[in-house]
Amino acid sequence: MDFLQPESWAEALAVRAAYPEALPVAGGTDVMVELNFARRRPPALLDLGRVAELADWGGEDGLLRLGAGVPYRRIVTELAGRVPGLAMAARTVGSPQIRNRGTVGGNLGSASPAGDALPPLLATGALVELASVRGVRRVPVAGFCTGPKRSVLAPDELIAAVLLPAERGPEQFAKIGTRNAMVIAVCSFALALRPADRTVGTGIGSAAPTPVRAVAAEELLAAELPWASRAELPDPLVRRFGELVAAAASPIDDVRGTAAYRRHALGVLAGRAVRRAWTEHRREGGAG
Amino acid sequence: MRIDCVVNGVFRRADDVWAGESLLHVLRERLGLPGAKNACEQGECGSCTVYLDGEPVCACLVPAGQARGRDVVTVEGLGDGDELHPVQRAFVAAGAVQCGFCTPGLVVAVHDLLARTPSPADGEIREALAGNLCRCTGYEKILTAVRLAAGREHES
Ligand SMILES: Cc1cc2nc3c(=O)[nH]c(=O)nc-3n(C[C@H](O)[C@H](O)[C@H](O)COP(=O)(O)OP(=O)(O)OC[C@H]3O[C@@H](n4cnc5c(N)ncnc54)[C@H](O)[C@@H]3O)c2cc1C
Ligand code: FES
Ligand code: FES
Repeated sequence: MDFLQPESWAEALAVRAAYPEALPVAGGTDVMVELNFARRRPPALLDLGRVAELADWGGEDGLLRLGAGVPYRRIVTELAGRVPGLAMAARTVGSPQIRNRGTVGGNLGSASPAGDALPPLLATGALVELASVRGVRRVPVAGFCTGPKRSVLAPDELIAAVLLPAERGPEQFAKIGTRNAMVIAVCSFALALRPADRTVGTGIGSAAPTPVRAVAAEELLAAELPWASRAELPDPLVRRFGELVAAAASPIDDVRGTAAYRRHALGVLAGRAVRRAWTEHRREGGAG
Repeated sequence: MRIDCVVNGVFRRADDVWAGESLLHVLRERLGLPGAKNACEQGECGSCTVYLDGEPVCACLVPAGQARGRDVVTVEGLGDGDELHPVQRAFVAAGAVQCGFCTPGLVVAVHDLLARTPSPADGEIREALAGNLCRCTGYEKILTAVRLAAGREHES
């Protein structure tokens, strides 16, 4: 096995094109488990850890550009104000040791339906930037995962960054697990309210073959929320929202939970998320 | 491949390292540093916790090649010669060690916690140690040891 260690983004793309069978590794928190247990024996590893361009974030054309190699710890400490939903999700990943290493690029690369970064990225309508020596393309997160552990990433492409709208509103993320740390989500839910254009985004994790949006639920809230008056949330609206979120999932029974439990839990999480987000919206408007 | 790095302040070299090998394997099997323990090899237990460029990580999940030219500190590097570090002394004093397999990783994790948060609340301690499993002590004595090391012994 070879260990390929490019020092720049241009070099990384060239190496990727020359050795498409080499397995990229960022924080290693998914890759090394597979290597340690001999589940995978790639002919080479392509280490992205020395590519400075991947470990950066910043503003770009009204978007926030988050390099694929920024670890969860830095998302929590540096970006909680700018990408609150993603930061909330980052805070629930693994343990401090895992958050010091694990990255959003790796979460996308693994394309697990349980990846905790994916629901908040879905809810905010984020784009994934993919690059190769052929060029650069941006795909919506919603179209990135094509099935469990499958994505549109081509063999010569690397994930460069995710791009999130810089203009935001209240965001929430919640995850069900057997303890407060070190759990793969039984199910999870992310919500983003955008008062500026009165739209709503959602993301459901661990309850379908890929992370999914609850489109009907988003449309309901966008149409029915008392945006202007910032009045209290009507209970029937919260209930209906929870039902539509639960209906958008297509969960299965597995060791972590049953499909019925996942659906029920999603309805509960969705109700909580909208109450919390709306409370924040009202507070910002001086009400409540 | 060859791995050159600084471990506990000393330049170290390992040759013929397999590209898929973990930093943990290099430390234990090639550099003679068995302090970091190999228990789960999947990031779940924290017994392999070491500092990599100043941050606690699971050495079992770090490809050894990523440690090239980097700075690694293991539990062996925390004390001063034969003198135990105060965190280690607190573990001894509190009886926070039974079989001891989890102890090196916990000591590194607590060392990091107290460096960042000298007087952590119990909730902060639990959160900081969420990635370190202990099958023996039931954690109470470990919490006592952390409070002791933080100078909060009167509360335990
Ligand atoms: C103990 C433990 C607890 C965990 N807890 C959670 C959790 O709570 N929530 C959660 O979502 N995940 C969890 N994980 C899984 C893992 O930490 C995350 O998926 C993490 O985001 C992976 O990031 P990484 O940088 O370590 O990826 P790596 O392991 O380096 O890579 C993962 C995959 O992505 C590919 N890849 C990485 N970067 C790129 C890139 N720039 N371009 C193209 N492909 C790339 C790799 O080839 C590989 O296929 C946990 C893992 C462990 C070991
Ligand atoms: S051996 Fe590394 S976390 Fe358990
Ligand atoms: S003392 Fe035995 S595992 Fe902790």
